[in-house]
Formats: sequence, C-alpha cells, structure tokens
Amino acid sequence: MSHGNNAAEQVLRSSGVDVRKCMRCGKCTATCPAFDEMEYHPHQFVYMVEKGEIDKLAASPSIYKCLSCFACVERCPRGVEPAKLVEAVRLAVIRKQGMNHLATDAIPALLDEEMPQQALVSALRKYSK
Amino acid sequence: MQVNEYKPKIVAFCCNWCSYAGADGAGSARLAYPAEVKIIRVPCSCRVNPMFILRAFQRGADGVIIAGCHPGDCHYTSGNYFTRRRMALLFSMLDYLGIERERTRVEWISAAEGAKFSKTMSEFAATVASLGENKRLEDLRCKQ
Amino acid sequence: MQRIGVFVCHCGTNIAGTVDVVAVAKALGQEPGVVFSTEYQYMCSESGQQLMRAAIREHKLTGVVVCSCSPRMHEATFRKAAALEGVNPYMVEIANIREHVSWIHKDMAEATEKAVILGRAAIAKVHLNAPLQAGESPVTKRALVIGGGIAGIQTALDIAEAGFEVDIVEKSPTIGGKMAQLDKTFPTLDCAACILTPKMVDAAQNEKINIFAYSELESVKGYIGNFKAQIRRKARFVDETKCTGCGICTEKCPQKKVPNEFNMGLDNRRAIYIPFAQAVPKVATIDANYCTMMKTGKCGICSKVCGTGAIDYTQKDTVIEREYGAIVVATGFNPIDAKVYNEYGYMDSPDVVTSLELERLMNAAGPTNGTLLRPSDKTHPHTIVFVQCVGSRCDETDERGKPYCSKICCMYTAKHAMLIREKYPDTDVYVFYIDVRTPGKNFDEFYRRAVEQYGVHYIKGQVGKVVEQNGKLHVQASDLLANEQLHIDADLVVLATAIEPDKTARSLGTMLTASMDTNDFFTEAHPKLRPVESPTAGIFLSGVCQGPKDIPETVSQASACAAKVIGVLAKDKLTCNPCVAHSDELLCNGCSSCEKVCPYGAISYSDKEFRGPNRTTLIRRVASVNPAVCQGCGACTVACPSGAMDLKGFSNKQIMAEVDAICK
Repeated sequence: MSHGNNAAEQVLRSSGVDVRKCMRCGKCTATCPAFDEMEYHPHQFVYMVEKGEIDKLAASPSIYKCLSCFACVERCPRGVEPAKLVEAVRLAVIRKQGMNHLATDAIPALLDEEMPQQALVSALRKYSK
Repeated sequence: MQVNEYKPKIVAFCCNWCSYAGADGAGSARLAYPAEVKIIRVPCSCRVNPMFILRAFQRGADGVIIAGCHPGDCHYTSGNYFTRRRMALLFSMLDYLGIERERTRVEWISAAEGAKFSKTMSEFAATVASLGENKRLEDLRCKQ
Repeated sequence: MQRIGVFVCHCGTNIAGTVDVVAVAKALGQEPGVVFSTEYQYMCSESGQQLMRAAIREHKLTGVVVCSCSPRMHEATFRKAAALEGVNPYMVEIANIREHVSWIHKDMAEATEKAVILGRAAIAKVHLNAPLQAGESPVTKRALVIGGGIAGIQTALDIAEAGFEVDIVEKSPTIGGKMAQLDKTFPTLDCAACILTPKMVDAAQNEKINIFAYSELESVKGYIGNFKAQIRRKARFVDETKCTGCGICTEKCPQKKVPNEFNMGLDNRRAIYIPFAQAVPKVATIDANYCTMMKTGKCGICSKVCGTGAIDYTQKDTVIEREYGAIVVATGFNPIDAKVYNEYGYMDSPDVVTSLELERLMNAAGPTNGTLLRPSDKTHPHTIVFVQCVGSRCDETDERGKPYCSKICCMYTAKHAMLIREKYPDTDVYVFYIDVRTPGKNFDEFYRRAVEQYGVHYIKGQVGKVVEQNGKLHVQASDLLANEQLHIDADLVVLATAIEPDKTARSLGTMLTASMDTNDFFTEAHPKLRPVESPTAGIFLSGVCQGPKDIPETVSQASACAAKVIGVLAKDKLTCNPCVAHSDELLCNGCSSCEKVCPYGAISYSDKEFRGPNRTTLIRRVASVNPAVCQGCGACTVACPSGAMDLKGFSNKQIMAEVDAICK
C-alpha cells in the first residue's frame, strides 16, 4: 500500500484523487476509448496507485496513450477521476526527465485535419510541462 | 504538547430530536470533536432563551452554539424558525457589545448527520480557540 | 436540599476504556447534595438497577444522576427503576458520558475531566428538579395507513385482525402499489399478482378497513392518540358506489392515446380507465387531462354506455376529516429516472429499458401479453445485457445517483436473467455487476442457480456506453477479471435503476414532523431497537419509505409496524409527557405573545380574579396551558416577556444551572 511511498504520495497530492473511494466497478475501463492502446487501463491506474506501484506506471507507454478525454472522470460513479492519476504520473515523469516528452514545436507536424480541437489542447497538456 | 494550552469553553445547546441525536450519532460512529464542547439537551432549539447565552458568556464561556433540526423538519413544526429569528437579533446585539460573531452560531444538524455534527463542532471549536478568551461579558465576580 | 445519588456506568469498556470511572465517581461524590456515589459495570443491567434501588432505599435518595449512555437509550430504564422505589421518575437525570465523551475522545485525562463536568451539570439540574406527574389523554381507536402497496396492505390487515379500524389512503386509483406491476417474485418465482391480489381483496372485504383510493392526505394535526387528518378524495368523475367495474366505458372511450402508467408507458390506455384487471376498488376513473368531454364538452360516450349511470363529469374533489390514534407511513418507492444516464442511451433507443419496464414486458397482462419482444420492432431479442447498480452506490458528490445500495436489484436481475433463459434458451444473457449481493434466505442459492443451471453470463465489470447502431445496441463494457474491454451487439439492454423514496415523502415528513435522512428515507427511532417507529410519537414506518427492502422484508416490517400500532390503539389512555409549559399567573401580564408562537394552540387566555391591595379584587387576563395538548417545545417560554411561562423539566433555572456548571 501507499503508506510511506513517496512517489505514490506525490501522485496522490498532485492529482487530488482519493483512490480509496474506488469501489472497483470498472466503469472507467468500460468507457475508455483508448483501451486497446493502453498497457494499463484506467481501473488499474487507480488500483496500482493505491498499491504504490508508480514505477510500473511511469515506465509504461500508457501514460502517453491516454487521450485525456476525461470520459472516465465524467462517468465514475464514485468521483475517483482516474484520468487525473494518469496525468499526475505523466507529469511526475516529465518533471524527473527535466524535459518534455514531445517538444511543443513538434506537435503541429503530427496533427491531422480531422483531429478535434480538444485533442490539441490535451496534447499540449500531456506532452509538456 | 504545551502544559497550559488554551482550551476554550464552549456550550452547545442541542435540540432533543435532531441535533442531540446527531451528537449521539457522532459518538456511535466514533467521530471525534474537541472535548471543549459540552452539550446541554433542550427539547427544541426554540427553548434556548437568549438569557441562557448571556449567562454562558457572563460565566466565562468562550463560544455558544445552538443546533436544531433543519428548517421545515422541526419536531414541533416551527420551533427552529423562532430560533433563527431570535438568534439573528441576539447575535447582532452581542456583536455590538463586542462579542465577535464567530463566537456564536446556529447550525441545523439532523439526527442522521453525525458526521456534520462532528465537523461543525470541530470547526467551531477551532474558530473560537483562534479568537482567544472571551473577556467582554465575563463577570469576574462569578470566578471563584 | 436534595439527597442525590450518583451512579457511574462502565458500560463494560465502552466508557471505562477512556474515562476513569472511579475518579469520576469520587469527584462527583464531593459535590454538594451528593450523599452517595458509586460506579458499576453495567448500570442498565438487572443487578445495576438493583444496586441503584438499594442505594435509594438505604440513603433515602431524593434525586438520581446516572452517568452512562445517551438518555435516548436508557433514560426510561433508570426512571422506571427509581419509580419502583418511590422516587419520582423525573428526579432522574442522565449525564451522557458514552456517546458524548468516551466514544469520541481518546485522551483519558481529558475524557475524565469532561465526564466530571457533565456529571456536575446533571447534579446541578437535579437540585432544581421537581417531581412531575404525567397526565393522561384518550386514544382514538383507529389507524391511518398512508400508501396502499404491499406494506400498507399488510399493516392494515394486521391491525384490522386485532379488531381496530384502519383507513388506507392511496393516491392512485387502486391499491397494490409496485408489487402489482411485478411479474414473478424471487426467490420462489411465484407470480406477484397471485400472492398480492388475494390480499388486496381481503383488505377490500374487511369491514374494519376503509380504502380511500385516489385520495391524498391534505393535512395532519394533533399528537399520538389524537390525530386529526384531512383527506382529499380526488374526483374520479365516476360514482364509486354505482360503478360495477364492468369496463364497457374503458372499451368504448374514443381517446386511445394516453400513456399507460401501469405498463410504464410501454402502451396506451383510454382516458377512462381501470389500471388493471384486479384493481381494488375496481372502479373506473376519468383522466381529466385527456378526456375529450372534459376538455371540449363534446363526447360523453362513456356516460351513454354506462349501464348504471355512474359517470358524473361534474364531480368535485371532496375533503373529509377523520380522527386517528396512530399513523403509518407506507409511501414506498419509485425507480430513479434513467434519463439522466445518457451514456446508456435510455433516451435514444426504446430497446434500452429499466428493470421495472422489463417486468411489464414479461408480464402476461403486460403490453406484449408476456412474450418478450423488443419495444422498437417487436422481435425476439437474442442478446440481452443487464447493467447493475445504475444510480446506486454513487459518491455523495454524484448528482445523478444515490449513495446507498438499492438492495433488491441483484436479486431481481438474477430472476429476470433466469426467467429469460428458461423461456428462451436461445438467448444470450449477460449481467454486468460490481458485486453480487444476495444475503437472504435462499437468495445466494437462487443467484448460483442462474449461473450454474441457466448459464447466465455474469461478468465482473461495468458497461461504459450503449450506442444504437443499425438496429442493434452496441455495448462497450469492461471485464475486470479478464482485464478486457468487451464489445457486445445486444438486442435489449436492461438497466437496474436505483430506487428512491416516493416524491411525496418529503412533504409528508414535514406534515407529520417525522424526521428524514438526506435521501428522503424516514428515520427510525432507533436503527436497531426501534426500526418501525419514527422518533415522532404515534408515527410508524412500514416498507421502503424507511429504507430499501425486498418483499419478504417489507411484509415482516409491515407486520412489526402493525404490532406497534396495536400497542397504541389497545390502550384506553396514553400517558402524556409531563414536561409541558405552565404559566405563573401572578407574573403573566396577558400580552398573548405565548399564544401566538404556540404551534399546537395549547395556550388560552381567560379573565381571572386576583386579590388586589386593600381587600380589593382585580380581574386580570392570564394565560393557561392545556397540558394534554402542549408538546413541551418551549417556544412560549422564550416569547414571554415577563418570565411567567416556564417549561417543566427544562426550566429556566435548571438550564442556567447546567450552563453555570459547565462554565465553572
């Protein structure tokens, strides 16, 4: 469990998420549009943060695959907000690396025409400090 | 811990039907609140005579809180409406006399709200503690 | 000077664990007027009471202070024990050192100090206590049951069985409630109508029971034993005494497009209707919102076809007044509106239904005559997905859902899944669950049968969204045990929506001054020991209005409730609360302030003769309190400008003595 685990405490603090509220219903994972892309799924994020397994999450590509669409946050009946945990882990990694996962300048080249505006905004939030 | 840590004296008037039961609920759920809060049971919040509050301040209480049923839920139909109006007047008068508004409070706490009871009392005790001792109305002759 | 005895209870370790009870007994023994002070393991036990009684005898005590649990718990116990030794029960005071001290504080020194202060306050109060005599009031030997569902019917039948009159007030045209809408009941799978309708008929035929269907409670006044209620009998526009329930009018009525609420709006009824074949009373009702005659004045077909001349378009609501000794709340529940769950597509596709709608779709008397057909195209569904906990078990911050478990959904979903698999073995049935909760006799066995014998697919996970695509319902869900996301093309999706108290409960609670919790369930007097009584005397709780329940539980609670009501009605007189207001006529200045604030009209004024100076006689207008009507709230005591009005048991002096003791 997360007692005394600094990394986990930092994630909990910066996300403001109370993982103990989770009742393991799995609605977050049921609703996730990026499920197939992700190694760890939203419900696993919640459980693994609770167990303090931040290293595994930090090393996983899942933190960049999350679309930040916040569907899991919107639908969670317990108000747990899994996407905020994903974001907090991502931020922790980016801060540690001291650099962005993707330079802001590199983003326009990756855009396609049909990409919704929200994806652009979330990309900036996701890949940079 | 300091030896002479300041502990305020707080009198809580709780109506028998809602807030006293709420306090019991807080107890059953083991939801702690500061020991400075001492409860006096009254049948209804409207039983609380402004005189009782003046008396408490005279005798050195640092804060007085009155807790009753939520508006509309009074066991006696309309008692808490009287409380609301009476206390609004009394508190503004006390304010005029220099007893800070934060030392007096009316709260609606139902029998099912043990958590709210504990939270309200903790907050109130902390607020009163931060104001320090009540000196304005205290009658030193009452001190032994 | 009083001779006071102090008794400090250990309550096992409940109090003694955090409060130094010996020190408390010793400290309180030093208080003026205290002639005896002791502590004991369990004061409420028989031997504890004996100890108290022996001390009263031995030390000639005139007052008693018990430092123990909440007075809401054992005040009556100790008062009774004192009374057995000839001490007036109102000379006993409780210092609550369990709920208000030992259970909330951890530090022993702090808790002990607080316990001593609370004990001192109680002693200070007892010094000023006076013996009080309780008055008596008569009991009206009739009960009112609000709500005619299975809870109300069962309570009414049991009360009538004991020989007392009962009135059932039901707002819809027939009694029967939600159970009448159900198809089968778990865990026995017997048909709901088969077991409910005989009870409805029993209620109708019982001469002690009056059914006021299509009626609503308008107001309630009074107190236990003496309630006065006004009941609005809504106009049916059909004379109940003449209508034979033949149903010809409901066949001939040309207005055919009225959503049928009994079938959850899945089909239509006429503007004049009888909700269902076994309705009680079996009387037609005209829905004035849809009736062409009522709206345009042109039609009148029902009136023409009626053989008994029962139709009366000019009928008006009537208000009747009845007196009762006790009131039973049995207002029941409704499923929450599934509209708010747009991720499940309830508003987008008619093939997303709630469980109660499915009951009607499977019921032989329902819109499809019991054949399970999709509402959209009337075809057999081959893949059915059940979603559990829709709106139940949500966080308190969740605006759409309820924080509690609705309790019945796990079982009725297992029932639905089982019935469907039995009737249509070619159907695939998936149930998405968070937890399967089946405590109850033969309940878990029932659920296991659904899995093992009927092959229902139970999947630990939730449905995230349902989208209608080419006549199918695309269900995206999670399977947590396999750590997979599932995509199922379903034909029918069934939502196990949470249940909530009926919308009328809140206003009824206010009318009866019966307390409710934040979810609008009625609060019981004690969650374990007095589960069918409201804290308000004379108000009793039956069925789901108190909390989610299935049918067996509702029926047992209904009977328990009836037993409590009979306990009241069987008495000829009730002891009144002696803690009532009284006016000191010498101080009263006749200002009427108290009369204006009294919510019960217990105060009246009269001219009285008083002796004046020099042998003259003065006539003054003074207040007097009717102790049988006064409920002892004390509003008048504060309103009185001259201090003439005081409350027995909670007098100004007593409360100020407590204030002084606490602030010392």
